[in-house]
Amino acid sequence: MTPILETRKLNKSFGAVTAAKDLNVKIGKGEIVGVIGANGAGKTTFINMVTGYLPPTSGEILMDGRPILGLAPRAITRSGLARSFQVAQLFPELTVLDNLVIALAAAESPHPSFLKPLHTKARVAKAEEILGEFKVGAYRDARVTAVPQGSRKLIDIAMAMIGNPKMLLLDEPTSGVSVDEKGDLMDTVMAAVHHHGLTVLFVEHDMDVVRRYVSRILAFYSGEIIADGPPDAVLADARVRELVTGHSDHKGAEQKGADHKSAEHAAAQQGSSVA
Amino acid sequence: MRLDKTELALVGLAVVLMLAGTLAAPGWLIFLITVALAKALVVQGVVMQMKAGLVSFGQGLFYCVGGYAVGMGGQFLGLNAGLVLLALGVIAAVVLAMVLGLLLTRYREIFFAMLSLAFSMILYGVLVKSQELGSTDGFNVKAWTLLGRTIEGGEQATHTVFILTVLTAATVAFILHRFYRSAMGMTCEAIRENEVRVEFLGLSPRWINYANYVAAAAVSALGGGLTALATGHVDPDMAYWTTSGEFVFIALLGGTGSVFAPFLAAIVFALVRTYAIEFLPNAWQMILGFTLLGIVVFLPKGLWSLFTRRAVAPVPSSSPTNARTGGVRA
Amino acid sequence: MLSFLAVLIDGTIYASWLFLVAAGLTVIYGVMRILNMAHGSFYAIGAYAAASAIGWYFADGTGSAGVSFLILIGAALVAGLVVGTLVERGLLRFMYGRDETLMVIITYALLLILEDAMKIVFGVNPYFAYQPYTALGRSTIAGLKVSNYDLVLIGIAVAVGLALWGWLERTNLGKILRAVIHDREVARAMGVNVRRMFTLTFLIGTTLGALAGALTAPSISVVPGIGVEVIVLAFAVVVVGGMGSIEGAAVGALLLGLSRAAAVHFAPQFELFVIYGVMSLVLAIRPQGLFGRTLVRKI
Repeated sequence: MTPILETRKLNKSFGAVTAAKDLNVKIGKGEIVGVIGANGAGKTTFINMVTGYLPPTSGEILMDGRPILGLAPRAITRSGLARSFQVAQLFPELTVLDNLVIALAAAESPHPSFLKPLHTKARVAKAEEILGEFKVGAYRDARVTAVPQGSRKLIDIAMAMIGNPKMLLLDEPTSGVSVDEKGDLMDTVMAAVHHHGLTVLFVEHDMDVVRRYVSRILAFYSGEIIADGPPDAVLADARVRELVTGHSDHKGAEQKGADHKSAEHAAAQQGSSVA
Repeated sequence: MRLDKTELALVGLAVVLMLAGTLAAPGWLIFLITVALAKALVVQGVVMQMKAGLVSFGQGLFYCVGGYAVGMGGQFLGLNAGLVLLALGVIAAVVLAMVLGLLLTRYREIFFAMLSLAFSMILYGVLVKSQELGSTDGFNVKAWTLLGRTIEGGEQATHTVFILTVLTAATVAFILHRFYRSAMGMTCEAIRENEVRVEFLGLSPRWINYANYVAAAAVSALGGGLTALATGHVDPDMAYWTTSGEFVFIALLGGTGSVFAPFLAAIVFALVRTYAIEFLPNAWQMILGFTLLGIVVFLPKGLWSLFTRRAVAPVPSSSPTNARTGGVRA
Repeated sequence: MLSFLAVLIDGTIYASWLFLVAAGLTVIYGVMRILNMAHGSFYAIGAYAAASAIGWYFADGTGSAGVSFLILIGAALVAGLVVGTLVERGLLRFMYGRDETLMVIITYALLLILEDAMKIVFGVNPYFAYQPYTALGRSTIAGLKVSNYDLVLIGIAVAVGLALWGWLERTNLGKILRAVIHDREVARAMGVNVRRMFTLTFLIGTTLGALAGALTAPSISVVPGIGVEVIVLAFAVVVVGGMGSIEGAAVGALLLGLSRAAAVHFAPQFELFVIYGVMSLVLAIRPQGLFGRTLVRKI
C-alpha cells in the first residue's frame, strides 16, 4: 500500500549545522506516530520541511505517492497534509468563533467571496459543533488574547483539522500547557482524531503521553532518526535511552542541546520567508 | 435584499445629507463637505489596507490617477460625461494597481509603507516634468456633463457634484460594509493578525492582499475623480507624499471600526483645518502632530472607538478544560 | 567623454550628499528599528542653525572660510544634540518597543510638529549661508568647473562613513551596538543597557542629520519644507542599500547619485523619476535591499 507520507533521503543544513540527515520516513494510513528527541534534534525542522515552510537541502517528499517538494504550504495543506504549531498560530484580536469560521471558509474555497457574508448559519453551526468537540465552547465570543494557553492549543489543532486532512502533524501539542491539563488536552485531541479517522504524527516530550497514545515512535537525535518502531522497543533501545530520554550522561545531552540552539538560530536567519 | 442597521443608517444619512445640502446649507459648507467626502473615499482605500495590516503612505498615487484621468479625459480624449470620466479614473487605477501590486504584495510593514510612498513619488516626478500637463501648476478640468446636462461651475455645479459625491460615497460605503463581513474582508483581517496561519489554512495571503490592494486603488481613484470634478483643478501635489500622509492621518483619526469613520474623520479634519489655517497658519501641522500622538496613545482605534466602547463579549471565568460542561452554546 | 566625466563628478558629489543625509537614518533604524520619518526635520534644523550662525559670523561682511566651516559643524552638533535630546527624552523613550509601523506614524507626527516649530522659531523667509561656498572658489577638473565646496563635501562624506564604520567595527562601544543590532534580547540578557544604547544612537543619528543639513545650507536657500523633500530621498538610499546597513547606505547613495547625474545629463525629464525607478528595480530583484538580511518567522 502507498504510504500517506514518505520522505526519501531528506537533508537540511544551515551553514555548517546539519538539522536533518538522510531522513527516510514512511507513514501508512491510520498510523499514530510519536516523534521524540531533545530540543534541536530536528523534529520541528522535519515538520517544517514536510509542510513546505522550509526548503530541504536535498531529498524527496511524497504525499500519497505524489511529489510535494517545492509546493507552497497552502498547496500542501490543500493536498491534505495539515499541521498545528508549537505556539498556537491564531488570529489574536478576532474572536474564537471568527477564527474557526475563517478556517471553515478557507477549507471550502481558496478564493474567498467578496460580498457574501462570512458568518453563514451553516458555518456558525459547524464552528459551534467543533468548539464543542474540542471543549472550548465557552470561549466562543472571546478574543483569542483572552483565552488560556491550553485552550488556544486546542483551537489551533481544531483549525488544522477543519479541512478534513488525510494526515495531521502536531508540533508539540502539549507544550506550554500545565502538567494537570496535558492528559485532558490529549484525550480531547485523540478523541477527535479517532472520530475523524485521521493519520497523525506528533512531536512530544512527555514519554508517558507518547506511550499512551502512539503505535510507533520515531526517535530523533542530531538531525538523524536513530530508532523507529513500536513504543516499547524504541524506548528500550540503548541509544535512545542514552541520547534522547536521558537516562544516562545527562550533561552530554545538554551540551548537544546547546549546539542545536545555535542551529535553530541559524535557521531563523537563513531561511527564506513564506511568500 | 435585507438591510442591517448600518446599511439602513447609510441610506438614511445619505438622504438627509442630500436634502439638507440642497435646501439649507451655505455653498461653502456644501463644497467643504463634498471635498471631505471625496477625500474620505481615498481614506477608505487606506483603511481597507489597514485592515489587512498594511499602511499605505502612497495612496495619493491613486487619488492623483483618478483626478488626472478626469482632467485628461476632458482635455485630450474629448470625453465630457462625468460618469465616464470617473470610470476612466477607476480603470486607470485598477490597471496600474494590477501592475504595481505584483511587486508591492511581496512587502509588509514599513517596507510596504515606503515602497508605496516611492511609487507615488515617481508619479509626482513624472507630472512635475510634464509641460503639456502644466508641470507643478497642474491644469483645470474642462466643463463636463452629468446625464446630458452641462455642468459649468457656479452654484449649480457645486450642488451637482455634492449629490453625485454623496451618492457615490454611500454606495461605496454600502459595498465596503458588506465586503468587511465577507470571507474576503475577514480573511484580510486574518492576514493582519497572523499571515502564517492564513497560509496554512490553504489560502494565499499574497493573492488576497493583491486583490485588496487593487480594490482599494479603485475606491481611492473614485475619490480623486470626484475631487477633480468638485474643485475643477488637478495638480501633481495630489501624488506628493504629504498628501498621502494626510490620508493616513484621517484614517487613524477615524479608525477602522466602521465604514462611517473615514467620512466622519474627513469632515472633522476639513472643518478644523479651515479654522486652524485661518487663525494659526503656522501651527496647523503642529496641531495635527499632537493630535496624531494623542490618538496613538489614547485612542489607538480612532475616534470611532468612542462610540463603540463595549464591543467584545466578556470572557467566562472558568477554564473550559476544567468545566466539563462547557459544550455547544445555543 | 566630457559628459561622462561630468556624470561621474556630479554623481559622486550628489552621492556624497545622499550618504550624509541617509547615514543618520540608517544608523537609527539599524539599532533601534525605528524608521525615523522626522529625520528630514533634523536635517532642516541643522540647516537653519548653520544658516543663522553663519549669518551672525559674517554679519560685518568679513570672515574666514576655515572658521565658517567650524561654525557649520558646531551649529550642527549643538542643534542635533539639543533637539535630539529633547525628542528622545520627551517623547520617543516612552514609545520604545512599539510596532515598527506604529513608530513610523509616531515619527510622522513628530515631523509635523517639528515642521511648524521651525516656522515659529525661524519664520518663513529664506535664510542664506552662501559665504563658505563662495569663499572656497572653484577648480577646473579636465575642463569642467567644479565648486571646491562640493569637493570638500565628498571628503566629509567619506570621513563620516569611515568614522561610523570604524566606530561600529573597531571599538568596544561599537561591539555592544552590533550586539544590540544582532539580537536585542540576547544583548539585554548579557547585561547591555539597551535603552542607554538607544539614547546614544538616536543622538548620533539626529546629529548626523543636522550635520547633513548644516553642510547643505551654504548651497541652498533654507526655507520651510526642505526636510520634507529630503526625507524621501534618504529613505530611497536606505531601502536600496538595505535598512540599517552603513555600507549599504554608501553603495545605495553611489548607485542613486550616479543614476541621477546620468539622468540629469542625458534625459532630464527623468531626473526625479530615476531615483525611485532605480529603487523599485533594486527591490524587485532583491527585496531586502543590497546589504539587507532576511528573517524568517519561527513557528
